[in-house]
Amino acid sequence: MKNELIGIYAVWYREFKVFLREKSRIVASIVTPVLWLLIFGGGLGSSVRITGVNYQTFIFPGILAQVVLFSSVFYGVYIVWDRKIDFLKEVLVAPISRVSIFIGKVIGGATDSMIQVLILLILGTIFGAIGLIPGLQLTIYSFLGALVILFITTTALVSIGLIIGSQMESPEGFQLISSFVIFPIFFLSGALFPINNLPIWLAPFTLLDPVTYAVDALRNVILGSSQFTLFHDMGIIIAFTAVIIAIGTYAFKKMKL
Amino acid sequence: MSIIKTNNLTKNFNGLVAVDKLNLEIEEGEIFGLLGPNGAGKTTTLMMLVTLIPPSSGTALINNYDIVKQPDLVRKSLGIVFQDPSSDDILTGYENLKLHGLLYGMPANLREKRIKEVLKLVDLTARKNDLVKKYSGGMRRRLELARGLLHHPKVLFLDEPTLGLDPQSRETIWQYVKELSQKEKISIILTTHYMDEADLLCKRLAIIDHGKIVALDTPANLKKVIGGDVVLMQIAKPNLAEIKKLDFVKKLHVNNNLVTLTVINANEHLPQILQLIGKVESVEVHSPTLDDVFLHYTGRAIREESAEGGWGERMMNYQAKR
Repeated sequence: MKNELIGIYAVWYREFKVFLREKSRIVASIVTPVLWLLIFGGGLGSSVRITGVNYQTFIFPGILAQVVLFSSVFYGVYIVWDRKIDFLKEVLVAPISRVSIFIGKVIGGATDSMIQVLILLILGTIFGAIGLIPGLQLTIYSFLGALVILFITTTALVSIGLIIGSQMESPEGFQLISSFVIFPIFFLSGALFPINNLPIWLAPFTLLDPVTYAVDALRNVILGSSQFTLFHDMGIIIAFTAVIIAIGTYAFKKMKL
Repeated sequence: MSIIKTNNLTKNFNGLVAVDKLNLEIEEGEIFGLLGPNGAGKTTTLMMLVTLIPPSSGTALINNYDIVKQPDLVRKSLGIVFQDPSSDDILTGYENLKLHGLLYGMPANLREKRIKEVLKLVDLTARKNDLVKKYSGGMRRRLELARGLLHHPKVLFLDEPTLGLDPQSRETIWQYVKELSQKEKISIILTTHYMDEADLLCKRLAIIDHGKIVALDTPANLKKVIGGDVVLMQIAKPNLAEIKKLDFVKKLHVNNNLVTLTVINANEHLPQILQLIGKVESVEVHSPTLDDVFLHYTGRAIREESAEGGWGERMMNYQAKR
């Protein structure tokens, strides 16, 4: 048991070192959402009104979820690379279980996401304070609440990325498949629009999207308004995460070299 | 006492037999070679022994643990240097070793002490804080050799340890392998399709072809089997009928216009052979090498096949990449 814990730490240690060394990855992951917030949000916000709140402020929770979604699922590509450079063999031949390897990877990917979330929350606080995003006021409650919601969400989304990665042999194939997963999840989540007034054919799809509930929960803690109760949102997120992690450990157990 | 014992170890890939009822016993402390052309089943055998792919039937004991029933204990007992580089090149040499120590659950103080030891053994202490992507191919192989030794394994597997290295790096790797086999009291199993490598390093070796062992002995004894010197001749129209009648010609093999003879006391009998065989373009006489042994047992020169990967290796990659 102790060895398994050290093994989880080992896998995480490597992921974290690699993350810190790829500076361009961190910079890119912060610049993109800032562009969404300021340019997309600012531009569309000049002609679109959401009841009671500035459009930029309205999409801030959605953009947090977007960062976590993209960074988490794409993180799965690293296992494809590990397989390509044969590093995966070194890990698989070690005397630790596949479950521990999976958990280490999930925590590694979640760490990457959470660092990006933390930076964005700090930027959001600053942008709100200096009026770049009018009306955005992050309290300690919304700050911590967002971290908890996004941590649970990211473990599920990293697992999705790893499940895809464990089945793919080329990074190009991974890119293709994961895009098919990410974009529908992103657009249906209501990150960019309210989901309470949708056409009848579209509404059911948004309700099937697990990230919808993460965005809703984030709006609850950041903006103080939401479609569902926080209890409802969290229940669905946690249940979804549990199911996905179970599928992920199974996928890793069955994974070929 | 034997450190490895295989029992009808077999691997099928979609009906193709890559390793065929292999029975092998390897003594503690020896350097043992699996020699054969690409696709003979060497790497497949190794991957089964290190528990990365399951056997189709049969099993093996490593350090008295069963590779099928006790994979975790087997993994603890072995170190491996894979054929392709498997270190992370975004990490430093030291970090790769630390990661390995963690994966094998080594206590921190023992780990740090041992990292120093193995770095010194492969002369990488001065470069330990450089990123692995800045290493040369030979240095990277040395780092992986050090990594394979880090957790004090009982058996070290080397899969084609000098494949793709320049001649100088190959010799360096040979030196380190010899040195560590003395210093570390460890059994080493290596696969290779280089005859010189097997000859130089291995105490005993098994010649493996189409997943089966065709011969197993010390390099010296294997060479004795040839029973004479080897005469290689390039000749367009050899007069073989006359040569076959000579009692000092033990064996004859023709491949295109290359004729290989095994001759007792070649220096003395060469003039007579040259007279009888016809117009020779070139001739070469040497004492038997493992190349000749391989030819003797399989009827093929190892060079005839090694240019492209054999089906076994290809099947293995195919399976692995799926």
